Amino acid sequence: MRKRLSRRHIEEMFFLTLMGISLLIVTASLAGILLTVIIKGAPVLTLDMITKTPQGGYYLGKEGGVLNAIIGSLYLAGGGTFLALIVSIPIVLGLNVYARNTRWANFVRLSLDLMWGTPSIVYGAFGFTLMLALGLRASLLAGIIVLALLELPIIARAVDELIRVIPAELEESSFALGATRFETALAVILRQVLPGLATAILLAFGRGIGDAASVLFTAGYTDRIPTSLMDPAASLPLAVFFQLNTPFPEVQQRAYAAALILTIIVLLTSLGSRCLASYLGRYTVK
Amino acid sequence: MTHISIRNLNAHYRDHQALKDIVLDIPRNQITVIIGPSGCGKTTLLKSMNRFLDLVVGTHISGDVLIDGESIYAPGVDVTEVRKKVGLLLQRPFPLPMSIYDNVAYGLRIHNMHKRGRGLDAAVQHYLEMAGLWDEVKDRLHVPAGRLSVGQQQRLCLARGLAVEPEILLGDEPTSALDPPSALHIEKRLLALKEQYTIVLVTHILRQAKRLADYVVFMYLGEMVEHGPAQQVLENPQQERTRAYLEGEI
Repeated sequence: MRKRLSRRHIEEMFFLTLMGISLLIVTASLAGILLTVIIKGAPVLTLDMITKTPQGGYYLGKEGGVLNAIIGSLYLAGGGTFLALIVSIPIVLGLNVYARNTRWANFVRLSLDLMWGTPSIVYGAFGFTLMLALGLRASLLAGIIVLALLELPIIARAVDELIRVIPAELEESSFALGATRFETALAVILRQVLPGLATAILLAFGRGIGDAASVLFTAGYTDRIPTSLMDPAASLPLAVFFQLNTPFPEVQQRAYAAALILTIIVLLTSLGSRCLASYLGRYTVK
Repeated sequence: MTHISIRNLNAHYRDHQALKDIVLDIPRNQITVIIGPSGCGKTTLLKSMNRFLDLVVGTHISGDVLIDGESIYAPGVDVTEVRKKVGLLLQRPFPLPMSIYDNVAYGLRIHNMHKRGRGLDAAVQHYLEMAGLWDEVKDRLHVPAGRLSVGQQQRLCLARGLAVEPEILLGDEPTSALDPPSALHIEKRLLALKEQYTIVLVTHILRQAKRLADYVVFMYLGEMVEHGPAQQVLENPQQERTRAYLEGEI
């Protein structure tokens, strides 16, 4: 009896150690990334960096900032996320309220999964082809549309999975009062998944704002702040990429500062959505 | 007087016949209790009365259910109207993901039964009182309904169901998830409500059937074996299978 017990204890210790190691890997990786960006980027992260657009000679190490890319990225990711959201909500409700587990619904789910797995450069190339065919130039609008396509499956599938685990009785409670499927979808189902929806939006926004490949051809790059949807728009990931590619150490350092700004934006959105999720989750039935 | 007439009702779920040729008249303003062992079709029979079987994919129904002489399965019947008329309490309470107040107001709002503001407030209070919950929640109407105890949640579900002004209340073992005092509370409410409503309950608790039933239906393997006034069926069953069930043999 003693021996068995000790073998089980060793098992327990073994898996505890494994768990500890994986925790360490995760936190150390994050810490490593943050430290690199902070150490290299923070010294040159001046007020100018976030309040000015590139001035003459900026890319040679002279004055200016990346305000163009900050605003561009917020426009692109914000617009893309908004567009993805308003398209995915009807998709998700349609799937769960009307189509349910039909062959058609499962085909849509499979399509969304494949979209999720498609590399963003493919979206970029697709968007570019489409623009050429329509005779459009690189613009904020094109970037937003391509980002929306990239983010759509993230929001749709995340919320879809959440809705699928809602107990059937919750819906039935609403049907039992004489509610239609549509009323139930809006007032009960959507409300129940609201906190999860906030998290899904954050995930999608994070992927959108951090993506370089899809906006490279579609939104282009410019030193100006876009004033209309048809203007090209700069973005932070591309700002990092271009600056890192220059031979000047000052400019390379600014690439890290731009990366730091991007990281801070993602961090703030993440914290914001956490607060929002817990606020929205107060009515959620457990 | 008959309120619900069930006429030659058969229900198939895929290859399984869940209800076999049920013919039954359910009396008005009484509590009818359906008893029988698990899987005998009690719940299926109950859910045929508010068209909840429609929700189960693969279910085929023949025969008819009439409420006040009108078929609820006839073509052109508005299912939402049927369900408004026939309330349902589930086994476990599922409050809607909103406040206590909004849970009761939900049905009133979707059916446009009350104007905003004062009228709605009064209605919410009225139905919470009917369900015996008002005194416990009057100071916290706007907290999430999920924070109530399970027993209170079930009374909230009762209030929510009463708010759409049904004529009939169905209960699918509505006390089985509750602690004994909460269960008793629900039972008291049901006894008080039968003055105004026709109540049909499914239960597997014989003592509960004895406490509540005016009329008893005994189901076995999808068949209706026996039905009649409670005293007659529970104390002097005519069928051998009813007797066996009441004595705990099946």
